[in-house]
Amino acid sequence: MKIRVLVSYKDSVLDPQGQTVRNALLTMDYDFVKNVRQGKVFEIEIEDLSDEKIKQVIPELADRILANPIIEKFTWEIIE
Amino acid sequence: MSKLRFGVVVFPGSNCDHDTFHVLKDVCGQNTFYLWHKDHDLNNADCVILPGGFSYGDYLRSGAIAKFSPLMKELQEFAHEGGHVLGICNGFQVLLELELLPGAMLRNKNLKFLCEHVHLKIENDQTPFTNQGQKNRVLRIPIAHFDGNYYASPETIEEIIANGQIVFRYADREGRITEEANVNGSVENIAGLVNKRRNILGMMPHPERASESLLGSDDGRIIFKSVIHHITNS
Repeated sequence: MKIRVLVSYKDSVLDPQGQTVRNALLTMDYDFVKNVRQGKVFEIEIEDLSDEKIKQVIPELADRILANPIIEKFTWEIIE
Repeated sequence: MSKLRFGVVVFPGSNCDHDTFHVLKDVCGQNTFYLWHKDHDLNNADCVILPGGFSYGDYLRSGAIAKFSPLMKELQEFAHEGGHVLGICNGFQVLLELELLPGAMLRNKNLKFLCEHVHLKIENDQTPFTNQGQKNRVLRIPIAHFDGNYYASPETIEEIIANGQIVFRYADREGRITEEANVNGSVENIAGLVNKRRNILGMMPHPERASESLLGSDDGRIIFKSVIHHITNS
């Protein structure tokens, strides 16, 4: 199985890298761009686990190491 | 006066461990030794220092992997029992990840690695790490970091201020707290802070690089002198 975890800054935290990318897009005349938030993607290959177990362990590991809950939030999905 | 025992933690990627060791041993004349991150023993240290550098290459987030080094278990117990801990630069980032200090680090506001001398104002001289300085005194100490933009929620900041936990703030040479002096964009110009109990200090600037006048400033020595004074007299 493969899990994808997406970590990004909380909305309340400034994201200077995202802003820089946004500014670059605007200078490239993509003037419809309103905002960019940058994040990190983790693709984690795991042994087959029950849905129940996955729902327990993935948020747990994301919270313990992949994201810093003070500044970041995360979402996850099973991709394979 | 008997010498104190200072342990300098070495992670893979630490690069200020030797400078810190040199200042404590040769400049301050203390009993100093390295502590390998994989060990499980603080070797009866009176004070443990987490030095600057790039532990684990700063992978994932600065300090995020070092948090899980075996020795950190003993460090947390030591800190919770009131042992003195000083985290410099990457060491500060590790202390934040360990939640021994509140808040987190973001990338510098200008997205640049900053390596320069800055001015710091002592906000609180009633801590084990600043008792040999004076409140409002301005220190000149270098910084060298990419992720030093201190962040904490407004509620946490309110609490930190109310508890007098801010120890150093980025200032201009006259000690004015300005936006311009806030090189990395830290909330409230925070450059260093202690925990509520005041036995743990984290700071982004490098006092070990400013502890001998030959190097242009010995202002950083105040921090080491203070902690030596505090532990010796307590």
